[in-house]
Amino acid sequence: MDRVGTYRQMVRIREFEERVKRSFAEHPGVIRGHTHLADGAEASIVGSIAALRPGDQVMATYRCHGYPIALGSDPGALMAEIYGRTTGICGGYGGSMHLADPAHGFLGTSGIVGQSIPQATGAAYAAQVRSAGSAARTGDVVLCFFGDGASKQGAFHESLNIASLWKLPIVYVMENNSYSVSVRVEQEDANAAAGEPLATKAKAYSMPGVTIDGGDADVVHATLAEAVARARAGEGPTLVESLVYRLSAHGNSIAPPGVPLHYPEHEAVTVFGDVAEYEAAKRGDPVPRYRGALVTGGVLDAAAADAIVAGAVAEMQGAVDFALASPDPDPAAALRFVHA
Amino acid sequence: MTDLTYAKAISTTIAQAMRADPDVFVLGEDVSAGGPFTTTAGLVEEFGAGRVIDTPISEAAICGVAVGAAQSGLRPVLEIMYVDFITLALDQLVNQAAKAHFMSGGQLSVPMVLRTQGGAGQRAGAQHSQSLEAWLTHVPGLTVVMPSGAADAAGLLASAIASPGPVVVVENKVLYFRREPVPDPVEPIPLGRAAVRRAGRDVTVVALSRMVGEALTAAEELATEGVEVEVIDPRTLVPLDLDTIVGSVRRTNRLVVAHEAVLHGGFGAEVAAAVQHAAFDDLDAPVERVGAPFQPIPLSPPLEDAYLPGAAGIRDAVLATLGRVPTSTL
Repeated sequence: MDRVGTYRQMVRIREFEERVKRSFAEHPGVIRGHTHLADGAEASIVGSIAALRPGDQVMATYRCHGYPIALGSDPGALMAEIYGRTTGICGGYGGSMHLADPAHGFLGTSGIVGQSIPQATGAAYAAQVRSAGSAARTGDVVLCFFGDGASKQGAFHESLNIASLWKLPIVYVMENNSYSVSVRVEQEDANAAAGEPLATKAKAYSMPGVTIDGGDADVVHATLAEAVARARAGEGPTLVESLVYRLSAHGNSIAPPGVPLHYPEHEAVTVFGDVAEYEAAKRGDPVPRYRGALVTGGVLDAAAADAIVAGAVAEMQGAVDFALASPDPDPAAALRFVHA
Repeated sequence: MTDLTYAKAISTTIAQAMRADPDVFVLGEDVSAGGPFTTTAGLVEEFGAGRVIDTPISEAAICGVAVGAAQSGLRPVLEIMYVDFITLALDQLVNQAAKAHFMSGGQLSVPMVLRTQGGAGQRAGAQHSQSLEAWLTHVPGLTVVMPSGAADAAGLLASAIASPGPVVVVENKVLYFRREPVPDPVEPIPLGRAAVRRAGRDVTVVALSRMVGEALTAAEELATEGVEVEVIDPRTLVPLDLDTIVGSVRRTNRLVVAHEAVLHGGFGAEVAAAVQHAAFDDLDAPVERVGAPFQPIPLSPPLEDAYLPGAAGIRDAVLATLGRVPTSTL
């Protein structure tokens, strides 16, 4: 794996998410509706996607800004989508929760928890069919990202059963951030309540299930590389439970008109009063952690790392500038795309 | 033309599409055995288990698999065995299939067909007999088709499979073994074009699915009493061929809408509202609706027979528009 490239992608995602968050203060009213940030999950996202090759595909959830950035989408078009502008990657029809960029392998998301899992499974079926029909397309794989909460949906269980039964080329990456909005995983997951990892669920569907430190990009990549290789070889799916900590609240506040939208503090603090947990999570922030690993390992020096950060800052400033300068959609376009 | 049952017309059409396009495949519960009504009989023998897939009993997942496969370039023909089971797949249909093209700003498309069947009359009880098409017509992005005979079942399905977006075809279990001539090879019938099943000058009856036959029965009986009924089969509920319906009402000045679904919140209300808006001055009587009472479907034959709307109700409704029976009998 290109570890410096991995660090660069992690920094780009972090800076993008910081700019989304700052938009609420710097440009009040520009973002309307819901946003959900991926800060804290960068190592999991980038380490996973680094295991892919062109032709592979990704589906995700409404917490979806990071994946298309790692896949090569234009951050300006992504920011413009979040701002609801006509230059957005989906023309302003989708917004933060519904980014899609099939040209870069990003098949989209579901705002309904867990419901992109069956679709990703269907994309994997299509990949399996293409593999059988064309030597040029052999072994395409789908990565399906979702959260720990989604594993309580029937769609998750039905899909894993089918994928294992049909030996589909898919890897299910459960980003377990321990919270479903304001409910802790021990309160809503039988495995967690019993002190077992959520990857235990894989056993029910006779597929490998592993639990990993999703804050370590190298561990994530090694795990995904193995799971992706297994999928490419026609040996079927894997469930990867990637332990992450989201560093922001579930989403921005949904305030009444006149009150600026903003990001509240993390639920560990606001709901559970557990400042120590949140401070510990901040100390384990995967982005500086990976920088430290690369610098102490001699892979990257501090100046080069700073240059990567400066590059990302400039790039995402450009994305914000592009989005702000972009026009709103023409109201007459509201009825487009109802039917293909 | 070949004389085919409605069920055989469906399997014939799917086979024709699968021969023409390797991306077309069938999935659903028990489809390789033909399903409970033989609508997919013979397909696995010709196309193999790789393209005629028996799925687990997982409606949410198989509908989602169809959506995902369609987004990735295949053309799934999904069977949900009874429309009553569509509740389990509604998120995939309503929130995913119907919205993917729109939410992605046109980047994604979902060329899938969801075949299912509804209708009472087979003593199947409250969970295997419903007519739920009105729910589906309420969702922008879905095309909704209800064939009333074998030739339409074939031609409309051919168009549905060729459609670039999601199409739900609601078949009717009571019609499956009725025969009529079907073009060989099957020719696509355009979606969104109504058929005038019987010309008449006095009253327009718009009837859906099985009720088309009931309307024709009522029309023959009324003809002996000097009332000429025009029977229109919309064939596609979304998009609806309102022009044909309104054109007829402008001549007859009277409208009855008949479906097997419960009247309350039924598609007949949409037709009635659209017609009164388009042709208010042409109407000489209130629009009459025929449908089932607002209750679950009972199993016992005398109870189900009492529940089921049919030709007698349509006849009364036609006469009501002519002022010959009071509307309160409905």
